[in-house]
Formats: sequence, structure tokens, C-alpha cells
Amino acid sequence: MLANKSNETRIVITGVGLAAPNGNNLAEFRKSLLAGKSGIQKFNIRYMGEVLAGICHFDPLKYQKKKDLRRGTRAGSIAIYCAQEAITDAKLDLACLDKSRIGVYLGITEHGTVETENEIYEIKQFDYDVKYWSHHHNPRVVANNPAGEVTLNLGITGPHYTLGAACAGGNIGLIQGLQMLLLNEVDLALAGGVSESTGSFGIFAGFKSEGALASHEDPAKACRPFDKDRNGVVVSEGGCIFVLERLSAALKRGAKIYGEIVGYAINSDASDFIFPDKERQIQCMKLALNKAGISPEDIDIINTHGTGTIEGDQVECQAIREVFGEHPHAHINNTKSFIGHAMGAAGALELAGNLPSFEDYIVHPTINLDHLDPECHLNNLVINEPKKIDKVDYIFNNSFGMLGINSVVTVKRFEE
Amino acid sequence: MTKEQIKATILEIIAQIIPDEDLSNLKGDIPLREQVELDSMDFLDLIMELRKHYGIEVPENDYMQLATLDGSVAYLEPRMKKL
Repeated sequence: MLANKSNETRIVITGVGLAAPNGNNLAEFRKSLLAGKSGIQKFNIRYMGEVLAGICHFDPLKYQKKKDLRRGTRAGSIAIYCAQEAITDAKLDLACLDKSRIGVYLGITEHGTVETENEIYEIKQFDYDVKYWSHHHNPRVVANNPAGEVTLNLGITGPHYTLGAACAGGNIGLIQGLQMLLLNEVDLALAGGVSESTGSFGIFAGFKSEGALASHEDPAKACRPFDKDRNGVVVSEGGCIFVLERLSAALKRGAKIYGEIVGYAINSDASDFIFPDKERQIQCMKLALNKAGISPEDIDIINTHGTGTIEGDQVECQAIREVFGEHPHAHINNTKSFIGHAMGAAGALELAGNLPSFEDYIVHPTINLDHLDPECHLNNLVINEPKKIDKVDYIFNNSFGMLGINSVVTVKRFEE
Repeated sequence: MTKEQIKATILEIIAQIIPDEDLSNLKGDIPLREQVELDSMDFLDLIMELRKHYGIEVPENDYMQLATLDGSVAYLEPRMKKL
């Protein structure tokens, strides 16, 4: 149980840096979520032509040189942008910190797919002669690339790695950061998730072949979790990195505290490559509540994982009904309906989008919900319009992924 | 290609590889790496671009001959004059 710990073992969020398809920082992202503004657009991808995708529009040259962009990866670039923004947001001066005590922990769904596809496309022009294969390939595709690029950019010499956790990656990066702080491996963690999946035709084609790639004549309406007419996932890129610190350190420097991570859980379905498992999701949610030492009635906002697939949405709603009861106190929303599925970044981005609720007491909605699938009925599901509520003390963030990985992070309003 | 065209080609390739650098005052007889930020991976980009776009293979043993702009022109002139 994480509750009732000393300030040395209480872990708080003191900075947020993000790149979302509808916002380049938390303020913009939140504004879009409250305004119902989607970040989904038409996008052309190799071999498939026009698809729908969530594309980020931050300026990568804000923190990188043109040469860095040419040499590195899109995931690295997104991660650098988010890390720099998070540090600035946390009002940290890196020059005054021991950089060997900073860790970078980023969840990913996959990495290297984009770069490998690009290289194969390139050597196709040379009849697949591998002497034209780039010497940049290996440093670009190693799994630690996005986190490693952050350390190169910021001169961080502490540990860095990514955590491959499918679409639960964002939550799991965050959990890893928390754990490393608790183990006293680092004094500061840059933790979250990142995704460059929109650069891969294979990701789109894979969902298409599964019958799970969303389509709609209006891109903004394409991602519609819980709606009877939902027809799949909108692939998005994005990133979100949090600055995590021990409460003692945050208080000492007078940092703004977004919230305290009081509970988390990770488990595995062990049942199917793709299809979710209600019982394991229930166990995961209950475990996260138990670790926080709280009960379902304590949760005020649940950010659902819901991606807009028939089975996935229904199973998650069944699991939530079983854990939280038919009449939950918690208000429930969905962030993918705005930004699509940002894959490895999804869990972190969606949590970030909800954090301002601690201050404004507003729950952003799930949009594009015109005809509710009865199987997805949830009391207090916030539909299409934001809702003001009286109490926001706990936010509960679901994030699940292929191969049956489930994760939940619970964040509490900060109180000394 | 004339020597001037070869020099312009090399500079064009280098400009793509290190787009942040000012190449206007490069001295021909001083190693490129002493004048601009050009590391070994960048140098391999130069080799790759010559291979891809001009069909020129530079054996590893000859890499040092491309250390300066003048050296590069001298080395590539017999290989590019018919292009």
C-alpha cells in the first residue's frame, strides 16, 4: 500500500510536458478537451493513401537542431520536446541538478517500425541491395531510442530506457519512474510515454486487417468510443512526460504539485493476443484501489481506456460496472475520442488531460457519443459536454494493451 | 562534371547532412571536421550519398582522402568527370 508514507516515499507530479494532436502543452490540451476540439485529421501514408490520424503540430526545432531531426527519430523528437517542456513547467534548472540522479522512463507501444519501413522503402529503389541500408538504422531502432535521445539532448547521465507495454505504455512509464524514486535509484524521474506510430503504414494496415481501423467522412467524428456506430481505432502520435519527485524534494523547492500518485497496478490477461479479459481488468482496478488504500466510492474521475472498438469498449465498461457498481459516484470520460489512440503515449497523455480537474472541478467529456451502445452504459458517463462536479480528490486512469497488459494509475489531489 | 561542379556537389551534400552549419567560409585545405561539426556518422552520410546518387564507391581505405574539400574534389574528379 502506498498510502500513509513519509514525505520521502510520497511521489508527486511537479511538471508536465506534452505533445497532443490538439495541443502543444497542458493548457492548450485542456482548452481543447473542454471545448470539444478534436485533433484528428486526414493524413496520407505510404501504400494506404488517405487515412485518419492524430498528428502533433509542435515545433521540433524549439529544442533540436535540423541535424538532430535528420539523425534521430520522430519518437525521439517528441520525447525531447515533452521532456524539455516538463522541466520548464516544473521550473527546474538542470544546471543546478545532479544529472546522474535523473532517470528517463518512457513507455512505448512499439519502436523501430517506422524506421525499418523507411529503410526498406529506400532500398527498394536499389533492388533491395543492402549496401544502401543506412548506418543510422541501428541507433534509430534500438528500443531505448526515444529515452536515449532525451538524455543526449539534455545531458542527463542517469538511467534511461523505454518500457514496451503496448497501449498501456504511458501508465507503465509513469509507474516505473515512481518505483525508481521509491528505490532511491534517482532523485528525479522524467516518466511517461511516447508514440510515433503514425509514421508506420504497418500499424494502420494492421488495424485495417483486423477490421479495427476507424473511418468517418468527418475526421473529428472518427473516434467514437461507446457509440453504437464506432468502427475502430484512430492511430495517433504524441507524447507526455511528467516530472516526478519525492514530496520532500518538491516541498523543499516550493514546487507546484499537480497531484500525488497514490496507487497503481499492472497485471496480465494471459488469455488472448488481442481481445481483452474482463476479470483481469477488474483485478487490476481493484489492485490499484487497494494499493492506494481507498475504495471505489473515493474515485471522482475515471479516464477510460476505450479505443472505439466493439469488444474493447464493452469489456472495459463491464469491468468498470463490476468494480464501481451500477451507480458509481465517479464521473467517467474518455480522452481518445478527441485525440485518437496515441499508443505508448496514451495513458500518460490522458492522465495529463484530466489533472487540471483538481483545480477547475470540470470533467472533460467523451465526445462523438451520439447513440450510446447499451452494453457501454455507465452511470455518470460525461457525454459530449464538460461537466462541473463538486469534488475531485482522486483520478483513476485506465490503460490497457495488446497481449493482455492492463494498467491503472491513481492520482490524488495533493494535501500535505 | 568540372572541378567546380564537383565542389558544388560536395557542398550541396554536406549542406544536407549538417543543415545548421554555415558553409560559406569553408577553407579547402583544412580538414572539414576542424571547421564544422561533422562527425563520423555524418561522414558516412557523405559516402552514402555519393553511392546512391552518383554510383561512386569510396573504399574505407580512401576515406582520409576526403578529409578536406580540396582532397575530396581531387579524389572525385576522375570518378565524376564523365557524369
